[in-house]
Amino acid sequence: MSTVAPPPQESSDSAEVPELKVVTDATCTFCGCVCDDMELTVEGNKIKKAKNACVLGKAWFLNHHIEDRPEAIIEGQPASYEQAIERAAEILSNAIYPITYGLSDTTCEAQRVAVAISDWIGGCVDTTTSVCHGPSGIAFQEVGEVTCTLGEIKNRADYIVFWGGNPAESHPRHFTRYSLMPKGQFLPNGRKDRTAVLIDVRKTKSAKAADIHLQVKPRSDFELAWAMRAIAKGVDVDTAMIEEKTGISLERLTEVVEGMKAAKFGVILFGMGLTMTRGKHLNSEAVLSLARDLNKYTRWTAKPMRGHGNVTGADNVVTWQTGYPFGIHLGRGYPRFNPGEWTSSDLLARGEADAALIIASDPMSNFSQPARDHLAKINSVVLDPKLSETAKVATVAFTTSTYGINTTGTVYRMDDVPIPLRPAFDSPYKSDYEILKAIEKRIREKQLNGGMSS
Amino acid sequence: MAETFILIPGRTSKQGVTLNEGKYTDGYLEEINTLQISPEDMERLQFENGDNIRMWNDFGEVVVPCKTSKVDELPPGMLFISYGDKSSRLMAGETHGTGMPDSKGMDVQIEKVSAPA
Ligand code: SF4
Repeated sequence: MSTVAPPPQESSDSAEVPELKVVTDATCTFCGCVCDDMELTVEGNKIKKAKNACVLGKAWFLNHHIEDRPEAIIEGQPASYEQAIERAAEILSNAIYPITYGLSDTTCEAQRVAVAISDWIGGCVDTTTSVCHGPSGIAFQEVGEVTCTLGEIKNRADYIVFWGGNPAESHPRHFTRYSLMPKGQFLPNGRKDRTAVLIDVRKTKSAKAADIHLQVKPRSDFELAWAMRAIAKGVDVDTAMIEEKTGISLERLTEVVEGMKAAKFGVILFGMGLTMTRGKHLNSEAVLSLARDLNKYTRWTAKPMRGHGNVTGADNVVTWQTGYPFGIHLGRGYPRFNPGEWTSSDLLARGEADAALIIASDPMSNFSQPARDHLAKINSVVLDPKLSETAKVATVAFTTSTYGINTTGTVYRMDDVPIPLRPAFDSPYKSDYEILKAIEKRIREKQLNGGMSS
Repeated sequence: MAETFILIPGRTSKQGVTLNEGKYTDGYLEEINTLQISPEDMERLQFENGDNIRMWNDFGEVVVPCKTSKVDELPPGMLFISYGDKSSRLMAGETHGTGMPDSKGMDVQIEKVSAPA
């Protein structure tokens, strides 16, 4: 049971006291760590305490309350869910080149329906993966992925390389719960049994937690990884060129590579410092290849550090349903994959998409200017628990409940492990799943019955 | 005189916390709109905390206040800003066939200006 009886309360004015409950084993969906050991103290519609949560998780839980917004807005005017569903179905059915985008902050159940809608209307489906670890997805197809779970890292990894990320700030419990600090089955002394290296252009808070910081020059991660591959294989390298390009001396680099080869179980946890920088998928490819090569000597793995709570679920769901993780075109009745062509940032920046279905994402705040300009011009249907710049320009904006806080479902942790959600309190707003299901139903009625309800 | 720097947008814990408090709160807006510059460059360019800096490249332009980064965190020649609206305005629409615009490690130019945009 996830819900336990509340502790006994002092007697007070009973009519005014909201229901108090404690939800154990709740799941935080703010970041890809998806910590499922939360203990939430809930009073009515407010989470009062989030035990075990990090600073980000606390902010996630404690700031979620029921918004005072209409359930839907059509062209700036409050509307009912029914009206908004009708208008959304009409926009999506009539579009010639629609895109579905977002999906990393909703449940797998909702993601499935979003893919189904894209299929029925012959549109493109893309997720926020395309602007986070999309390049790593391309790299997996090129060189494969020697993978592992966070549990294996906790229990086995005696050498950990964090590359192009700052988990101390972006995934605060990664160090303590999964990677650096915990005592594991084969690492009884926890941190003392592990060596940690940070490879990053900045000396971030994460550098303080590592034993070694290789402060690589910006835009030279590929060269660094390639040099490490060569050193690992004993290939002669040009010392001066490596130092000049990467800023790291050959001696220091050799020390790290030898340490990696001597480890029992190693993992490279890589972030968007690789994927967002020039070279992109080639940077990820170089790091994945390094991990693969090291398996000649000992056990090495590599995993991307994923950001949003269910971005990994989005990759999984979209892949089961179409065969590809993002940047998919369904307009010919079968899936085709082409990043750069059917990825949302490109479809919008080139002015090609004529309608958009956006779920739990805010591209109007984080896409390039030409992409934003085009999105603001076309019809869009936006689902979001909170007001956003994207919701402001939407033709139809739905207010939704929040996954993990108000609605149950499944999310995938960054290591592809599915985890159930245990909600804290009900919301008067519908979930993404319910709204998408209703839009899908209405689209099918239009397609099958010429618009008549069945 | 404008100078070329390398801009690294990234996540910070303050950005994550204030994002949850609300995208329209002062805390979040301050966090995503402040440019961090190394102490060496601040001194060399005679910038003071709070000075407005125009930052631009071929794709966009923003004006943001600056502050000195923590000692050692940023090497000279590099700038940091919390990932968000302002950093994204300097991204190109072009993704070189990947779907991902260059979003970190971008060349930008900066100069001090007298007033916000
Ligand atoms: S590390 Fe991530 S998932 Fe875990 S509590 Fe913090 S924000 Fe939530």
